[in-house]
Amino acid sequence: MKCTIKAFGISRDILGQRETIMEVSEGCTVAELRAMLFHRFPRLQGLRSLFVAVNSEYANDTRLLAAGDEIALIPPVSGG
Amino acid sequence: MIKITEKPIDIQKVIDATSSLGAGAVNVFIGTVRNTAHGKNVVWLEYECYESMAVAEIRKIMDEASHRWPLLGAAVSHRVGTLKPGEVSVVIAVSAPHRKDSFEACQYIIDTLKVKVPIWKKEIFEDGEEWISAQPNMERSYN
Repeated sequence: MKCTIKAFGISRDILGQRETIMEVSEGCTVAELRAMLFHRFPRLQGLRSLFVAVNSEYANDTRLLAAGDEIALIPPVSGG
Repeated sequence: MIKITEKPIDIQKVIDATSSLGAGAVNVFIGTVRNTAHGKNVVWLEYECYESMAVAEIRKIMDEASHRWPLLGAAVSHRVGTLKPGEVSVVIAVSAPHRKDSFEACQYIIDTLKVKVPIWKKEIFEDGEEWISAQPNMERSYN
């Protein structure tokens, strides 16, 4: 299935775009998706952390992705 | 009240959103843009936000604060976009029957917002720019 991944902050700079589309298998976990992203965009590995949000919520590494999920990369936050 | 805005924050509106006749205290935190970082002059900051998630995370923080302290009202307004030194980036107001609870809850909300809510700022210096807190550190944790 195709996943659209939103990118924010420094992760957007590294991807060079606000969104990217990746082909992942149904039932792919968040950890597997992160590993694919690290492979495709090695500079992401240099971040202090990179959480993944699914449908506007922080997702654990074991979370399974489903078609239609809204996925976002969350590098270290710095609001306030 | 939870607001993410590109316009200057109306501080009084944030305070008014927490008004209650039962309140003996309204505690207000105002975050402002500092003109220096790492010994360099900050020209401006760029704030970016994942709005749907930011609103949801702020709501969770406010709900948790309401569980921990007997609050009568709470409001958060966060600015995004381009901000210059001296401008207000965030306003948090909390009302409670007694001041101690309002102080503690207000501090909890700003401290938790800074580590949980998906908002990012980039410092623009005279000679470069940098996303705050993003850069390397050998420790990494995802859960």
